[in-house]
Amino acid sequence: MATDTHMQTKSGKITIVALVENKPGVLNRVVSLFRRRAFNVDSLTVGRTHKPHVSRMTIVVDSERMSPFKIKANLEKLVNVIDVQVLNRAPHVSRDLVLIKVRTDGAERSNGVTTVCEHYPAKIIDMGPEFAIIEMSGTEEFVEQFIDELREFDIVELVRTGVVAMGRGTRIQDTEYQPIINGNNVHKNVV
Amino acid sequence: MQLTGGEIIMECLLREGVDVMFGYPGGAILPTYDAMTKYLDRLHHVLVRHEQGASHMADGYARATGKVGVCIATSGPGATNLITGLATAMMDSSPIVAITGQVPVAAIGSDAFQETDVTGATLPVTKHNYLVMDVEELAYTIKEAFYIARSGRPGPVLIDVPKDIQNAKTEFIYPEAEIHLPGYRPQSSATEDEIQAALELIHTAERPVILAGHGVTISGASRELQELAERCNIPIAQTLLGKGNVPENHPLVIGWMGMHGDACVNHAIQEADLLIALGMRFDDRVTGNIKTYSPNSKKIHVDIDPSELNKNVPSDVPIAGDLKTVLRQWLSQLEQRSHAAWINRIRDWQEDADERDILKHDISDPLLTPQVINDLWKYTDGNALTVSDVGQHQMLEAQYYPHQRPSMMLTSGGLGTMGYGLPAAIGAKFGQPDEEVWAIVGDGGFQMTLVELATARQENININIAVINNNFLGMVRQWQELFYDKRYNATPMFTPDFCKLAEAYGIPSMRVTKREQVQESVEFARSIDGPVLIEYMVEKEEMVYPMVAAGADLHDMKRRPKPGEK
Ligand SMILES: Cc1ncc(C[n+]2csc(CCOP(=O)(O)OP(=O)(O)O)c2C)c(N)n1
Repeated sequence: MATDTHMQTKSGKITIVALVENKPGVLNRVVSLFRRRAFNVDSLTVGRTHKPHVSRMTIVVDSERMSPFKIKANLEKLVNVIDVQVLNRAPHVSRDLVLIKVRTDGAERSNGVTTVCEHYPAKIIDMGPEFAIIEMSGTEEFVEQFIDELREFDIVELVRTGVVAMGRGTRIQDTEYQPIINGNNVHKNVV
Repeated sequence: MQLTGGEIIMECLLREGVDVMFGYPGGAILPTYDAMTKYLDRLHHVLVRHEQGASHMADGYARATGKVGVCIATSGPGATNLITGLATAMMDSSPIVAITGQVPVAAIGSDAFQETDVTGATLPVTKHNYLVMDVEELAYTIKEAFYIARSGRPGPVLIDVPKDIQNAKTEFIYPEAEIHLPGYRPQSSATEDEIQAALELIHTAERPVILAGHGVTISGASRELQELAERCNIPIAQTLLGKGNVPENHPLVIGWMGMHGDACVNHAIQEADLLIALGMRFDDRVTGNIKTYSPNSKKIHVDIDPSELNKNVPSDVPIAGDLKTVLRQWLSQLEQRSHAAWINRIRDWQEDADERDILKHDISDPLLTPQVINDLWKYTDGNALTVSDVGQHQMLEAQYYPHQRPSMMLTSGGLGTMGYGLPAAIGAKFGQPDEEVWAIVGDGGFQMTLVELATARQENININIAVINNNFLGMVRQWQELFYDKRYNATPMFTPDFCKLAEAYGIPSMRVTKREQVQESVEFARSIDGPVLIEYMVEKEEMVYPMVAAGADLHDMKRRPKPGEK
């Protein structure tokens, strides 16, 4: 069985995690900042957290071309960005998730795909006579290695979530932020 | 009390201490203009002639007072006309709140009449912006907008308010609580380690130079800066926007830096062993070639905006903090030092520059811009609030009109916006009615916003407009002369008879063609209570020296020959 030896961000890349207010338009502000400062982004994911008013972004950039501290300082200038941490030196885990649709008609193909999947922590989540959908997650590098092995079969569709990451151990990135002013949730409709 | 959105806007402006707003009405902002009628005794509205003028006026008001300037426009074209002024304010950290009308909430996204995605369009040129979708949030949003505009590194903030939100009624409760924004922490001071690291460099430097920028003015740190310079005997170089933050006749002020700055200052920067950069951002017009910039110096850089640190020039001691606070921290432990030899060296360079000064060339015809500016300085006792436009006259104003107080020279530095001068001067005069305000503008830039002559007339605002007419887009012509073999494409310029034009607006005017008339023109301008225009007919092909060509090394300056030299 192939193992994910790397736990964290691919070498040459830097992972930045930003907690942002969960409001419409915030993603646009971040993307607009990256465009205007010519920051080249490898991947950017955004999703809600356990707190309804806080979203979390994971941003991966090429360390050769970008100073993560420049990006951090600029992100922190955005009013809706609550907290930014650069994860590259701190121990952390990172995960990318991929869905792959492959052709499975014919026993040879179908057996081949199954064999590759057995070597990885992959799941076949939809199996039909002609196509199967496979799900696998791991570090970016591990996911790429898996995709490479499947290339000899016929990949017809592929989607990746982009990298999400989290610091390990006692390192906790959270915010006390509560959007309550004068007893009212004032921000609900201001973009 | 039940109020409409429009009335809430007015109530909130009053509570922010606003007394004047610059604007232009239209369909989507009409409810607010209607609500305004009940407030006009306390809130003066200045009707501009183009919304760009409104944003520059708000900017001029803000820079002259340190308070937030307010401008108002309708949706679509009204709002897009503000953009140049917002971008100008953004670059120069000027606090503005812009309020724009928007199509009704239900029509947003439908390409309704006069609909523009204004929050989208202004995202890169504002510090922050809002689209208010619920009247309940209007008051808090306005309070937050003013707070963001004026705190930390100031800048423009835009609030887009759909028409139906301006009409909607709600119980008005002013949010008294302090603004708390989770991701916005504008004030900070230096850590003890940072203080010690800075002091160590300051105490051991042999050839230190202070680079004093706009941040000194914004932070109100002039006295602290002067104290630092005096106690350690350190020469002060100012940026264009920093001019006057310490009186320019102070013996330690050696001049201003950069492309058309003083040669002695640029030499000093290149030979320094320590640069103490305070509230400035190492713009490319200030550094020249970044690779050869001040090669042997350590750098201390203090700025309230952490993203400015290590952006253009790496620093040995970067400190993110409010300048006044940080300087006070330093001063409590700062020892005395003396740098007599170093300062003498700089004075020698200065003498060389004095010999090259065109005023020493004894030219009586034609009239030269430096003569005009020098004489304006002389006859206004060096005490006027000057607002320049952009071009040669702007650089010459900086060279020949030294200022003794902060916020007395307003100019579009970062964006270099032609057309800034006249409207910003109108705004400045509203903010500082007791100052003598002179707009010093080129014939090119003046023509971009001269429609505001009508605003000046309608308001009978007491400003003096000096039009420096060289019949050229002078600064561009200078580049064509130096770098494009004098191919003067699109720079010679027809200009109207500006005096007749002034007359058409009902504005008194005078044309000056000889140096002897400059004094008379100042007296004439001072005798008129209201706008007045003086047109100075100057040499068509003047050059601004010294000049560091774009991208050249800072010490590699094109100089004016000394008299008798070729
Ligand atoms: C809005 C805008 N457009 C173009 C320019 C480029 N530009 C810089 S200086 C200049 C010439 C200005 O000419 P004028 O106003 O006559 O002043 P002068 O240089 O002759 O003193 C131009 C076109 C600019 N700075 N701003």
